[in-house]
Amino acid sequence: MIVAFDIIILIFLVITAVISLRVRDLLGATMVLSIYSFLMCLLWAEMGAVDVAFTEAAVGAGVSTVFLIATIYHTRRHSSD
Amino acid sequence: MKWIGLIAVVLTGALLLSAVGDFPDFGDPKSPANGGVGDFSVSQYYITHTEQDTKVPNVVTAVLADYRGYDTMFETTVIFIAGIGIIAILRSHPPGGRRGPAHPIDATVDGDHQRIIIGITCRIMIPIIQIFALYVVAHGHHSPGGGFQGGVMLGASFILIGLSRDLQAALARFSERRFIVLACLGVAIYAGFGLLCLLLERNFLDYGVLDGFFHTDPVMARSHGIFAVEVGVAFTVTAIMFAIYANLSSKGRLDEGL
Amino acid sequence: MDLLNQYLIPHFNYWAYVILMMIGMHAMIVKNNLIKKLIGMSIFQTAIILFYVSIGVKEGADIPVLHHHAPEVAESHTPAADPHHAVDPDHYANPLPHVLMLTAIVVGVSTLGMALAISQSIYKDFDTLEENEILAKIKQGGPGIDV
Repeated sequence: MIVAFDIIILIFLVITAVISLRVRDLLGATMVLSIYSFLMCLLWAEMGAVDVAFTEAAVGAGVSTVFLIATIYHTRRHSSD
Repeated sequence: MKWIGLIAVVLTGALLLSAVGDFPDFGDPKSPANGGVGDFSVSQYYITHTEQDTKVPNVVTAVLADYRGYDTMFETTVIFIAGIGIIAILRSHPPGGRRGPAHPIDATVDGDHQRIIIGITCRIMIPIIQIFALYVVAHGHHSPGGGFQGGVMLGASFILIGLSRDLQAALARFSERRFIVLACLGVAIYAGFGLLCLLLERNFLDYGVLDGFFHTDPVMARSHGIFAVEVGVAFTVTAIMFAIYANLSSKGRLDEGL
Repeated sequence: MDLLNQYLIPHFNYWAYVILMMIGMHAMIVKNNLIKKLIGMSIFQTAIILFYVSIGVKEGADIPVLHHHAPEVAESHTPAADPHHAVDPDHYANPLPHVLMLTAIVVGVSTLGMALAISQSIYKDFDTLEENEILAKIKQGGPGIDV
């Protein structure tokens, strides 16, 4: 557990969460959400939860992004807010 | 609506933040969740007894598949039901009736030149990903990993076939019938090992009684039992991850994909 | 400054989880687009998982994988007589929250897939994913809806 590393990642997490909800292009929002998941994975690895970090890297940053892109491809890419 | 939502969120946040001051300090080894000061808690029991009970160095794997085996079994069932639900919602057949795969199984990388780099790279990458996924499943006793992570990676390798070529190429290797059977088989392996323990007159999912089945002592039998149910979890997760992708990417028609 | 030392510094992880949870919950209530609501749900979910993992952290602890010198310990002590000295629980992070959250992440992605499937079938019926347009079409008596 390294406190400075922890605080930096938490600040970036809040920033990426806000950006992924502000961006109107849904494909861009999905990519920023993938970055958010990967930062979360780094944070958990740093906290000693290696199994949780591994799962989040495979699931959150990988597979769920593919699912979201598959849905956006078949629906509309633009969001009104 | 916007203002009501904002007020509700701020109220909830203020309530939670007012309670944060009473939490134990971050990283305190003596906090109540980590075992308190004097008394002996369940998480401390897991750390101190895993080695003698199951011979599994990774405590998370041991707790996941042995001590809290019921929990994991029904989480696996939840994943299975979610996959079946997605197939039930989206799956539809094209109006022209059912048709077989458009390309034969040995269709080479598509003729268009834009995709040749992606196709060749993925052809090299996919076997490596699959070998690593099997390693993650099998080595979950000694390092981070296990059925869930390995299953997701194995499913992702089939998704990569679908992304780099087309959905038909992936379905030719892992057809709809196969992934539904594999998902059922995974849950059946997990529940079957639990039932086997029950038939040998011990508790459900108490693998220690399987020592005759695995030809070892009862402690190693628990380790082998953990591996067996991890394989079941990996089967279900692999099949359901690919089933979700196949249905979402083709609107349930399983024809073209992205 | 005293207040800062007492409330903010020892609990910064809990503050971060509350802030992330508020961001996700606000998106789930206020956003108009269904995909945006699902992104908010993802953020909400990871915030809760962050809270659970933060509970299990121990200062200076190792990851919960035991070291490989246990056989000597098992020979020198009988396990039943002295289980406490074989492994010191304070040296390893708390494994219980990790186990609970590991399964929660994988179940979370399958429920996200379920939600996306429902979104696709909504899009097929209403040709939009905006909440207000869907509500307007339902009021007019949209396809397959009995008003």
